[in-house]
Formats: sequence, C-alpha cells, structure tokens
Amino acid sequence: MSARVRLADIAQARSGDKGDLANVALFAPTDAMYEAFRREVTRDRVRQHFGRFVKGEVDRYEVPNVRALNFVLHQALDGGAARSLRSDPLGKSYGSLLLRMEIDVDEGELAGMGKDLGAPSGPKFGPAPHGADGRSPRP
Amino acid sequence: MATSDASTHDPVTSVRIGAGQGFYGDTADGAVDVARHGDVRYICFDALAELTMAILQKDRMRNPEGGYTRDLPVFMRRLLPLARESGIRLITNAGGMNPLGAAAAVRAVARELGMGDLRVGVVTGDDLTSRLDELTAAGAALRNADTGEAFETVRSRVVFAVAYLGAAPIVEALARGADVVVTGRVADASLFVAPMVHELGWTFDDYDRIAAGVVLGHLMECSGQATGGNYSGDWWNVPDLDRVGYPVCEMRADGSALLTKPAGTGGRVTVDTVKEQLLYEVLDPRSYLNPDVVADFTSVRLDDVAPDTVLVSGVRGAPRPQTLKLIAGYLDGWMGTAMLGYSWPDAEAKARRAAELIDRLAHRAGLEPLETLVEVVGIDSLHGDAAPPQDANEVTLRVAARFATEEEAARFPRVAMPLALNGPPFIGGAGGPGGPRALLGVWPAAIARELVEPGVTVDVRPAGAAS
Repeated sequence: MSARVRLADIAQARSGDKGDLANVALFAPTDAMYEAFRREVTRDRVRQHFGRFVKGEVDRYEVPNVRALNFVLHQALDGGAARSLRSDPLGKSYGSLLLRMEIDVDEGELAGMGKDLGAPSGPKFGPAPHGADGRSPRP
Repeated sequence: MATSDASTHDPVTSVRIGAGQGFYGDTADGAVDVARHGDVRYICFDALAELTMAILQKDRMRNPEGGYTRDLPVFMRRLLPLARESGIRLITNAGGMNPLGAAAAVRAVARELGMGDLRVGVVTGDDLTSRLDELTAAGAALRNADTGEAFETVRSRVVFAVAYLGAAPIVEALARGADVVVTGRVADASLFVAPMVHELGWTFDDYDRIAAGVVLGHLMECSGQATGGNYSGDWWNVPDLDRVGYPVCEMRADGSALLTKPAGTGGRVTVDTVKEQLLYEVLDPRSYLNPDVVADFTSVRLDDVAPDTVLVSGVRGAPRPQTLKLIAGYLDGWMGTAMLGYSWPDAEAKARRAAELIDRLAHRAGLEPLETLVEVVGIDSLHGDAAPPQDANEVTLRVAARFATEEEAARFPRVAMPLALNGPPFIGGAGGPGGPRALLGVWPAAIARELVEPGVTVDVRPAGAAS
C-alpha cells in the first residue's frame, strides 16, 4: 500500500541565496523517510517543480547526518538579489515552494510519523505547554 | 573591558562567544541580551551579505564618507558600556565598503561615552575596487565562477570588488589588544573563528578545529535563524520570537561546542532549529569553502543535550582553498515598480488586464523596458508555476521593469497612475509607485591569495588618539 504525502506535512526546509544560485535544504523526519526522499525528490523533479524560476541546472547533495537533501538551483534568482526584479529576490520562499511537492511513500516509510503526520521529531527537553507531546497542533 | 595585555596569554580550555547581529537592519536588542545574560567574552556581529555590499557601495558612491552600516553607532552606543562592564570584546564586519570610516565612527562614539582608552582595531585590504586593473594585469582572470563568462563582459560597469578575508587579521588585532575590531568583507564565519583561535591556542593547520569554528560561526552568523527564527517545523509553538535569544556558543579547545542562547529569552535551540541553519546558503555540504579551511558539513553531529542546548561535534576539515572568493558588483540598469490592488470578483483577471494596460501606456509614453516582470501578489509571486489556481479575495499587481536610465525607471510607475480611475473596477489595498532603484549584478570569482593578502593591514589604536 502506498500513500501520497505532501512534503509540507512531514518535512522541514530552508532556502537561501548565493549570487544567482539558490539552495533549498529539505529535511526528513525519520531515516525511512530520508530514504523515500532520496528516491522521490530527484533533481529532475525539483527542476520541473520550480518551473520558470530556475533557468539553469539543479544539483542535489545528500547530507545523511541531518537526514537532508540539499538542492542547488543555478540561475535561479533573476540575476541575483541586488539585480532581481522579483518580490522575493533572495529566494527565501523557495523552501516553501519545494514543500508543495507531493510524493508517493509506502506504509513502512510512514511509520513513526505520528497521527497528524506533521509533527517534526520533537526536542527531548523544554516546556510542554500544550498536550501530551508538548506541542499544539498546526493552527 | 580587558586591558591591553592580551598579546601574551595562556590558552584557555573553552571560550563563550555570542552572536550580536545577523544582517544590516537587525535589532541591537539581541546583542544586548547576549551581553547581559550570555556570560560571553566576545560578541561577533555579521552585518554583511552580497546584497548589503551592493547597498553600501551605493552609499559610498553618493558619499565617500559613507559605505559602512549606518546603524553601527547605534549598536556601539548600546553595547560599549555593557562590554566594558563585563569585559566583552566586540568584532564586527559592519565596515562594509569603508572600514576606516566605520572605525572612526566607533572611536567617536567611544569618546562620546568617555571611553577614550578603548582600543579599536581595523582590518583593511579586502577592497580591491581601485586595484582591478593592476590585478588583471598581474594575471587575475576573474572569470565568473558560476557561468565561466569572461570578466571583460562587465568590467566597464564594475563599481566595487572585494575579496573575502579569513580570521587571521582579526586574530592579530585581538593579540594587539583591540577591544573592538572593525572589518570590511571578512567571511561571516571567520568573525567567530578569530576569537576561538586567539583564546584556544589553535593553529590554522589544525583543520578539524578550524572547521569546527567555521561550523559554529556559520550557525551563529544569522542571529535568530539558528534559535527559532524562520523555523519551518512547528513554528507556532516557538515562544516569544519578539525577544528571540541570539546564539551563544561555548567552544572547547577540542573543537566540540555547546550552542545555546541567553537565559530568559525567547526562541528555541534544538537539533531541529539548528539543522536548518546548518545548510542555509550552503552549496556542496561536503566542501564548504572558507578562506581558512574547507569544512565537511556532512561530518557534523548535532545532539540535544539540555534544554535549549545542542552539542555540535565531530567536525572534519581539509586544507584551505588555494584562492580567495571575490565578488564584484556591476551596474545593470534601473528598476521602477508599479503596484495596484484589486478585489474580488475576478481579482486576478483584473490585475492581469491592468498589467496589459500598463504595458501599452508605457509604450505610448516612449518607455521601452529592457525587461518586465509581472507578479500577481497573492497568486503567484512566491511559488510561480507551482502555485495552484484560486479565486482570491484580493491581490496586488506588481509590475517591475528594468531600464537603462534612472529617468525612465522614475517615470515608469507614473504611467500606471491613471488606472486608479480608468482601469478595471474595485481598486484598493496595497499599491503605489516604487523606485527608481539602481540594480547591481553580483559577479562571483576567485583570486590568488598572493594578490590580496600582502595588502591586508591591521591597525589598532585608542579611541582618544588622533585618527
């Protein structure tokens, strides 16, 4: 049995700029999901997903120590932050753009994700203001 | 503040360093909290980014006395008294395109505060703008590091060029007793590496430890982005981001470090918040290039070890790159922006019709943009082709156009103004003209160390002395 999940419901992401390059780091919540990301979130798919924003190639680097894939998007910032006509010249929202992607995973890969799918692996410490797991649900 | 006997001191086993600024425009509140509650010996301020260098160069072109961050005196007025009280030394790259001007501004604030004995160090030599012909004659090709294009394609339009320096000149300033060190384009992480080297007795061929310093510097250089800001996980549970605690690290001599934040502040420090910052603006994580080392970010181990405390360990490094990174900024036209807000029904369709009308109005006014970008804010400005169709309640049309001249860019928004009465119905909401704004392209390149490093100077002198 496979399921379709949206990255925004299971993953973290952050993006930034270097000249006309942007990077988008995508973080998986579990080892199994990291393997699913490696299989599903290919550089070709990311290139297609970003559409007109990316005029060059997309590189993908694996960062297993933090269960991340790091995507480098070439010619992706309209010439760079100080040259761009865009309202997001730094590509800060590219992380959320990637989180729109939906991927197919199997039930084994969904294991340990929690019932709402969305809760990232929580800290072992800190206050527990809401609920048994210390986190309130997504607003 | 530490008296000026710092040149001869024994290495310590650990040093606590705080982050005071993540960008030009950041609040000084974070640094004040670090100074008061962080128990630190150093606070490092990263004021620069590629975009910031372009902004500061525009300032310097308008006023030769400018070119450093204008809020530097504001930071110094708030931080210098606290720093003196607690024996904290301050390191900042807020000098931007004019570190000498910035150092003069710091000395002026110190004198104002009755601290004429404050020793201010300044690092210069990163600014290669006036040396470009000499450097290319000496063999620097300065090809675009991304595209391979020849430097000649932009040379005549270049308005600044800087090399990214490493930690060594700051270490020298600290060794000579500087209480405050002001630099230009020193690499962000190197601001933090310098006090580690100075205090812990590291040498620059100790690649793993220098790389550990680079990793911690990289984690801290964007202030609240490591401590809960911009966090993409359960952001709604992160407390009190209005007073987010800026990062504080306790770096040990062995290269392992605790990353935390001042007691009583907001935000969150966990593996989940920290790992996002680990890969921020990173290209190949196995090979993160810094002027002093190549750090392997895939070797970094992060562990939650206490509340709001992450242990960073295991970092491996390799010998530094042969070359230094250089960025040049070149003039690439002027931008003018027209914005109009539209409401339901058919908000997006109205905005797109208005964009067509603006295009025709500009043409009739004799304006021929080099390029035009149409965004419908609320629909597709951030996610482009991936944004789903929607029946938006309200949108803002934003038309940005690039021109060869400032005059055209200034005229462009005005051609859209008649649409307030003459265009599609139910206009309102956010809108208005923007620009003209100079556009600067950033040209990344590499340059041989021997063309840059002999020109680096370190000057340390008391605020009270003639400058």
